[in-house]
Amino acid sequence: MLLLFIAWGPTAPRLADHMALASLPADVQPADDLTRDARLREIRAVADGQSAGAEPAIQAAGKTFAAWRSLAEWGLLVVGLALGALGGFWAYRQLGARFRARNRFETVVKVILIACSTVAILTTVGIVFSVLFETLRFFARYPAWDFLFGLQWSPQTAIREDQVGSSGAFGAVPLFAGTTLIMLIAMLVAGPIGLFSAIYMAEYASRRVRALAKPILEILAGVPTVVFGFFAALTVAPLIRTYGEALGFDVASESALAAGLVMGVMIIPFVSSLSDDIINAVPQSLRDGSYGMGATKAETIKKVVLPAALPGIVSAFMLAISRAVGETMIVVMAAGLSGNLTFNPLEAVTTVTVQIKTLLVGDQEFDSAKTLSAFALGFVLFFFTLMLNIVALRVVRRYREQYD
Amino acid sequence: MTDIAVSARPRAVDLSSDAARRRTRKRYRAEARFRAYGIAAILFALAFLVFLVSDIVIKAIPAFTLNSVALEIEANREDLDPQGTGQPDAIARGDFVAPIRTALQGIFPDAAAERRTRQALNGLISSGGDEEFRKLVVADPSLIGSKLTVPVLLSDDADLFFKGIVTDVDAEVGRGVATPSAVSGDVTILSSANDFANSVVEIKRALSAEARRLRGEVERYQGLLATYSAALTTAQGELAAARVSAPADVPRLEGVVAKLTSDRDSIAGQIQSLGAIAAELETHFTGSGAEPLDEKVPSLLVQINGGVVKVTEASNSRISGTTLIPLQSANEAAAGTWEVVTLSAPEANRKLSDQEVAWLMQLEDEGRVTSGFNWLFFTSGDSREAELAGILGALSGSFYTMIVTLIISLPIGVAAAIYLEEFAPKNAWTDVIEVNINNLAAVPSIIFGLLGLAIFLNFFGLPRSTPLVGGLVLALLVLPTIIIASRAALKAVPPSIREAALGVGASHQQAVFHHVLPLAMPGVLTGTIIGMAHALGETAPLLLIGMIAFIVDVPGGPTDAATVLPVQIFLWSDLPEVGFQAKTAAAIIVLLMFLLVMNGAAITLRKRFERRW
Repeated sequence: MLLLFIAWGPTAPRLADHMALASLPADVQPADDLTRDARLREIRAVADGQSAGAEPAIQAAGKTFAAWRSLAEWGLLVVGLALGALGGFWAYRQLGARFRARNRFETVVKVILIACSTVAILTTVGIVFSVLFETLRFFARYPAWDFLFGLQWSPQTAIREDQVGSSGAFGAVPLFAGTTLIMLIAMLVAGPIGLFSAIYMAEYASRRVRALAKPILEILAGVPTVVFGFFAALTVAPLIRTYGEALGFDVASESALAAGLVMGVMIIPFVSSLSDDIINAVPQSLRDGSYGMGATKAETIKKVVLPAALPGIVSAFMLAISRAVGETMIVVMAAGLSGNLTFNPLEAVTTVTVQIKTLLVGDQEFDSAKTLSAFALGFVLFFFTLMLNIVALRVVRRYREQYD
Repeated sequence: MTDIAVSARPRAVDLSSDAARRRTRKRYRAEARFRAYGIAAILFALAFLVFLVSDIVIKAIPAFTLNSVALEIEANREDLDPQGTGQPDAIARGDFVAPIRTALQGIFPDAAAERRTRQALNGLISSGGDEEFRKLVVADPSLIGSKLTVPVLLSDDADLFFKGIVTDVDAEVGRGVATPSAVSGDVTILSSANDFANSVVEIKRALSAEARRLRGEVERYQGLLATYSAALTTAQGELAAARVSAPADVPRLEGVVAKLTSDRDSIAGQIQSLGAIAAELETHFTGSGAEPLDEKVPSLLVQINGGVVKVTEASNSRISGTTLIPLQSANEAAAGTWEVVTLSAPEANRKLSDQEVAWLMQLEDEGRVTSGFNWLFFTSGDSREAELAGILGALSGSFYTMIVTLIISLPIGVAAAIYLEEFAPKNAWTDVIEVNINNLAAVPSIIFGLLGLAIFLNFFGLPRSTPLVGGLVLALLVLPTIIIASRAALKAVPPSIREAALGVGASHQQAVFHHVLPLAMPGVLTGTIIGMAHALGETAPLLLIGMIAFIVDVPGGPTDAATVLPVQIFLWSDLPEVGFQAKTAAAIIVLLMFLLVMNGAAITLRKRFERRW
């Protein structure tokens, strides 16, 4: 039943469109997609009763369109009712003393459960396909090599030929460099702070301190990123600019430093909570052995606990990196738009996510290389974070098995 | 430390020598240092959090109050109900702005005489200022013809002036006896004490600071100029060389030279204009005697005898200026009855002119200005006017989006968790699903936006900008969270429950649905609430599916175009007006409140219903 509705939804209007267009006389037949859309809009307007001022051919087509549309709606009703009646009749026939309703019902429920659990798979497949198709369409227009290794990013495809930058360069290296720069700044903040707080909470803190400090760190993870973005753009960036200029540096108002710092604070909890778990999972016997040799607590941690927990900590860092790379709102609000190829943290850089957002928000036609390039960037982003996640999760899993 | 292999016989353990003591102390110091790093890290996170929250709260405070001015308005029939029907819906379409303007102009009759000042005066009232008046009259049409005192909403700039954001206002009560020379036009005021000395000194100080800043700026630009000139010389040299040897490079180098030349020229121009401004400022504050004031320096207003004089020239005991609001008399004003008001922001740097400030001060002195809680912020949709903008539209958009998300993700998530935890055979396929779910939880949220754009909008043709699509995308986003939490909750239910149910003849499914699932429900709900809190704060995927449009109307259902709270925050944060900055911070506070409540509910739920088996 639902299937019927889902199938009917997209097909019926297309059929009506097609029939309406087919009824147009040959001389007004649209030549390309654009005029086709324009004609269809006119026809729809006529069918909705706003027929004033339309050409006679369009008028006629509008009538055809309206007829087909109502036919489609009635058809849906009739077919739906018929199917319902058929189902009811079949169910009635099946009922009887020998009918094992529970078993049948449970089979159905099980199928539903399986279907639900595949939604997650379908989501991944959906992501991969939606991004992949558009990416391939983009690479059909613009060589993949130039995209991945080109040094210039200026996605404005011009309307006129003679305009400046009319070519539209899609070399994504400045974006990758900007993303890497901001990610590095963020990790410089989040790495040490996250790791040290994890060590402190796992090894030193009393129960009370732990009960207080852990929620504080988790609040940081729960604050929406748009709030961090606001804070980065309106408080941290001007602060950095003022102090930088007082020290004689030339600071851009949308410096990579502001975005990176705030993002670093945002991902502290991702580093700390996973590292905390990992450190806690290191068996106590290792520590006791080290204490038995006369080592202090700090020495035990540095020489025994951390090396034992290293794979897990590395994967915590990898997950944090994947967060930092995929984070959007902070960089949209606090980092710049122009693709500077620089590693100076005081200058404005742009990132992959900023460009995806910029290219896809607002009016868009789905055929321009500009729009499609956003999907190509999305593909790169998805692929990169997926690899990081898979490796990191696998390492964590293997590590857990090792000590369990 | 004791290396037995190298030394022939075991060394006595050395614990008491000075060197050993030093070593031990050093190790203990290292220990303390290491511990301090940990504390410092946690304190840093805490300090950042406190800084973040207090910064936002401080920024938000102005948005929670709203100033309005009480006016006695003539509710005349010609404007409000021209047809004379007396019907509420006819009255609701009446012109309520005209009577308000008349009432305001009645307070400042001479401002109403001229077109330019009249417009400025009208500009003090918000474009939605007539709402209160309209409501009052529509509710009770019999009020038409009478005179009403109604609070009228002030415009954004006027509102911000009373919140102290437009400029610092420093009022000093006059200590001497002041004698104005006239009641309107050009006026000089003599004071028997040196009442204006402080202000003059203050203004000179502000000017010299500004001039110093400009000089510094000029120096910085001169450094830049030197770099650019050097680069230009190099480029010209390269160009000359290229003309001889590598003609292919000539166009590119010509472009470089042209760009450098224009950059250098613009920098030189900048230096010149900044230098000129600085020099002009310097003549101001080095000069002695009467100080001329213009719109580039802090303004000085004198409130005297019921009028306001804008100072154009000031010395220690005598000022001359023009009246902004005519004085009621030219009598001598006794000490303490008049004030010198300094507006520290120069007139050129603010949106409110001295004239407008004078009107506002007058209105305030008359006790007409009242500040109240900003209910409008919670009861109206978005607006281009900062004082009228509210979050109700965004809130209801968020509400519908969350409903759609919940309806989709909760059943699917729980069903998937039940299958994976209770029924799924251990094979490669379920392994794939499991790995996939864990990975999906870590996919950047903007990717989900791409998915929504490509599949829901382009393929299925669902309407753009609607909570329906937003909810669908967010449902997919939070699904992994719900599945993981539900699985953990199901796993925590002991097998004895299941076995007891199976033992009395229940089928496997009956055991799960009737016994295990109800016991796991608190855990499931906790996970769901946390997932929903995550979805409520999510912005990036919603931008891509078009929930970023400017929408004034409060949406009435999940298929109306809408925006959500975090996106509203993003939209407002982009606007240049100061009023919107406060609104942004206030919206953030509302959002954080919701998240706090949701997470608090999750924690309470966990504490109250969690059972240790």
